Amino acid sequence: MLELMQQIVNGLSLGAIYALIALGYTMVYGIIKLINFAHGDVMMVGAYVGFFSVSMLGTNIVVAMIFAMLACALLGVIIEKVAYKPLRRATRIAALITAIGVSLFLEYTTIFFLTPQQRIFPQGTFPVQDYSLAGISVSNKDIFIFISAILLMVILQFIVKNTKTGKAMRAVSEDKDAAVLMGINVDNTISVTFAIGSALAAAAGVMIGVYYNTINPLMGILPGLKAFVAAVLGGIGIIPGAMVGGFILGILETLVSGYGNSLYRDAVAFGILILILLIKPTGIFGKNTGEKV
Amino acid sequence: MRVSRKVVWLVLLLFAFGMVAGCGGKAGGGKEAAAEEILIGINAELSGAVASYGSNARDGALLAIEQINEQGGILGKKLKAIERDNKSSADEAMSVSADLVTKGIVAQIGPLTSGNVQGCTPVMMDNKIPLIAPAATAVSVTVNEKGETLDYIFRVCFIDPFQGTLMAQFAYDNLGARKAAILKDASNDYSKGLADYFKKTFIEKGGQIVAEEGFIKGDRDFRATLTKIRSLNPDFIYVPGYYEEVAPLIKQARELGINVAIGGGDGWDSPDMVEVAGKANLNNTYFTNHYSVEDPNPKVQEFVKAYRAKYNKDPDAFAALAYDAVQLLVQAIKDANSTNPEDIKNALANIKDFEGVTGKMTIDEQHNPVKAGVIIEFKDGKQVMNTRIEPK
Amino acid sequence: MIMNVFANRWGKLGAEILILAFIFLFVQYFITVGVFNQYHQIIITSLCINIILAVSLNLINGFTGQLSLGHAGFMAVGAYVSVVLTKFMGMPFLVGLVGGCLAAAAAGFVIGVPTLRLKGDYLAIATLGFGEIIRVILQNIEYVGGPAGIVGIPKMTTWGWLFAGVVITIATIQNLINSSYGRAIISVREDEIASEVMGINITSYKVLAFVIGAFFAGLAGGLYAHYFYIIKPETFNFLKSFDVLVMVVLGGLGSTTGAVIAAAFITLLSAALQAFPAIRMIIYALILILLMIYRPQGLMGNKELSVKILGKIWSGKNDAA
Repeated sequence: MLELMQQIVNGLSLGAIYALIALGYTMVYGIIKLINFAHGDVMMVGAYVGFFSVSMLGTNIVVAMIFAMLACALLGVIIEKVAYKPLRRATRIAALITAIGVSLFLEYTTIFFLTPQQRIFPQGTFPVQDYSLAGISVSNKDIFIFISAILLMVILQFIVKNTKTGKAMRAVSEDKDAAVLMGINVDNTISVTFAIGSALAAAAGVMIGVYYNTINPLMGILPGLKAFVAAVLGGIGIIPGAMVGGFILGILETLVSGYGNSLYRDAVAFGILILILLIKPTGIFGKNTGEKV
Repeated sequence: MRVSRKVVWLVLLLFAFGMVAGCGGKAGGGKEAAAEEILIGINAELSGAVASYGSNARDGALLAIEQINEQGGILGKKLKAIERDNKSSADEAMSVSADLVTKGIVAQIGPLTSGNVQGCTPVMMDNKIPLIAPAATAVSVTVNEKGETLDYIFRVCFIDPFQGTLMAQFAYDNLGARKAAILKDASNDYSKGLADYFKKTFIEKGGQIVAEEGFIKGDRDFRATLTKIRSLNPDFIYVPGYYEEVAPLIKQARELGINVAIGGGDGWDSPDMVEVAGKANLNNTYFTNHYSVEDPNPKVQEFVKAYRAKYNKDPDAFAALAYDAVQLLVQAIKDANSTNPEDIKNALANIKDFEGVTGKMTIDEQHNPVKAGVIIEFKDGKQVMNTRIEPK
Repeated sequence: MIMNVFANRWGKLGAEILILAFIFLFVQYFITVGVFNQYHQIIITSLCINIILAVSLNLINGFTGQLSLGHAGFMAVGAYVSVVLTKFMGMPFLVGLVGGCLAAAAAGFVIGVPTLRLKGDYLAIATLGFGEIIRVILQNIEYVGGPAGIVGIPKMTTWGWLFAGVVITIATIQNLINSSYGRAIISVREDEIASEVMGINITSYKVLAFVIGAFFAGLAGGLYAHYFYIIKPETFNFLKSFDVLVMVVLGGLGSTTGAVIAAAFITLLSAALQAFPAIRMIIYALILILLMIYRPQGLMGNKELSVKILGKIWSGKNDAA
């Protein structure tokens, strides 16, 4: 029982990381239906900005995170303007290939300038405190990352549901042409979405960097893929879905490693995901829109 | 069934492309070697999954080449490296080797992983050019399945059985471990190779393996598996992986209150270990290695110093092994007094007591180096030599 | 003048066979006399394997409109099964290849039947997941070497096999597309509901396309394994599936000629960039982005390169693609 509780705690903190990345993923998807494979790499860039801010400018972690978020918001907007905007009228899969191109570009440009070696966040960037609650070990990092994920989700949900920009986002997501007719500046709305999504990725990147201490230019690939899976699982485009998907994936992986065979972890985790999708083909929170004839 | 006209056209087109490729390659090919230069191919993983190992090895090899040229080269000629990226894949490694061979290299250094070296093997054998693998540890790299030695394939690193067996003996005899858990990189043959031989020896000695679990390269969260292992109460954990995963793994193990001894192989050797895992967490951990960066041996210290000066970082095992691979090649060229690949191959096979950074080595009939192994213990963040095992 | 010859159906078939035979002998001659050295031969091999992969994935992604990210998994099945048959059981190469293809097709069937009910990104995730599941399972089978894979595979793939493989793949898929099955498959892509109303069983056509695509991915795997000496599960990870997807989209979804051209382009580009180890991936990424920006419908759109279009290009009416 104690072990199960510990495993669930482990799963929640792993899931929180997936959720953090998945939030930005799903947001970008929601508005232009683009599987932004470069999202994980934007996260990586964010982690590097945070790293240099801490190690070279000597800022504290909060300032580093703000720097990273600003830098990545800008990067996200640039990527959108340069690489995705010309493809807005093209097929979604064409945009997907561009996203793969952007992803490779970010990875290998970083390798070119910063070598493929990992970098280590200076000790004490985030003062770690371990707690033991009735035999279950939790650290303040876990709590921090867990609360951050939930908080960011709530803020995002608020922005999308209750602000003017959010309304514009939903309108653009629903029907771009009608949104234009309603006087919404579609380009700006999409830019804002990318800025927010990329800033979220940067925040996740810095947190992951601090959480695991190390960052490297290819660190975005695996979490990026997992976050995509989490977002789809929750119902892609739906903000609470991304978070729930992230937590489910995290707990699933943890339980497979803990009680099944860790050598088969990804296979079993994917297998269960596919099962969930077969039962609920549009993800857990997905609306089953009936076929329009 | 009728073959449509389109088929014809697109097949035609395909070969138009083929021709262009052929001619393009041709123009760039040919023997580029100027008479006063000795060309050495470096076939390394510079992009893809293991780019960080490949680029360190490349750095090590280039340092060796630079030093030799500063000393006036060899046989009155300078060395020249031709560097290529194999994208961390075996087929690309083969294509790179074939390209390097047409450029007139006398030998190839790399690739790093066993699988990628094996991708190059047929090309090296066909063209009779020696290959020195810095870090390919699988037994099957230098021998074919009939057990015959592959004439042109050499290495400077340990083979899997050596390190796995060594650590099993050390854990059982010196640490008194009886119940061991294994945590290996499931996607990595090096890790699996070490784990298999550890398991075999440990069981033969009378120990028990309580768990055999895995992780995947790129993982940073190991707490689920560690929590499981903790409940099984092993008195030793064997983690034959690379430092990128092992360092956070050890840290998380200690955070979960697992304080038993943890052991591993030369993949642990990196300055990053201490920085990531933390000094205190690394106490009571041991790994098998060729040498220690703390070794007072001047050969080692000179290398560490030169490497630091050139690259502004500490060398890891890949850099040291690739450095030795080049030095070994140079020794062979000297011994052969020739740059003919066939002569170099013969000289390589006869190398005795070569003093490398990673130890004194003699190449045996299976083209593996016979060299001493050391067991290194971390003590407050310092690498301390615990035991030295001379070759049999 | 030439068109007159082609007008006769039998004459046309004869001419086609003649041209194919000419190409085959031409390249074979170059290999035999050594104009194509080992490096060129490796590139030709990669090129042919990539063509088979791209053309077969194009059937699933391009013609049927189902986003599949699991092609590398089928390639893996074909590679492993064919090697087990030839190396471990001593069967002839042809038996190995066919066995690999059938196994991959069977895997395609098992995966396709449940997942093809899913749409769009959900299907993409499911196929990606299955591709990864195949890889993880292979990693844990001791019989086929686990993560180290199988080493020392006899080299049996020759130019003749590759050529035959490419021709059979393209001929089969082209003929399928031009048959009534093909029209049904394309109608599924264009409008699932309308097709269903027309009495087309959309699921069975999707599965048909998926199985045939998997079959040829298996062929590519078998040819790959018997050329490159070693296979291991890592080779067939999801990034390999992406590589193939890039070729398909770059060529133009639903254009077989496009898939061939793009496969050739990517293979040759990758080979050409080998000489620039430090920046090869950056250049590759930039080319990918630029090509998609300037030609989002792919090099060929959904059109095929044919004599007619070439004729138009020749006469200056550049509305071909």
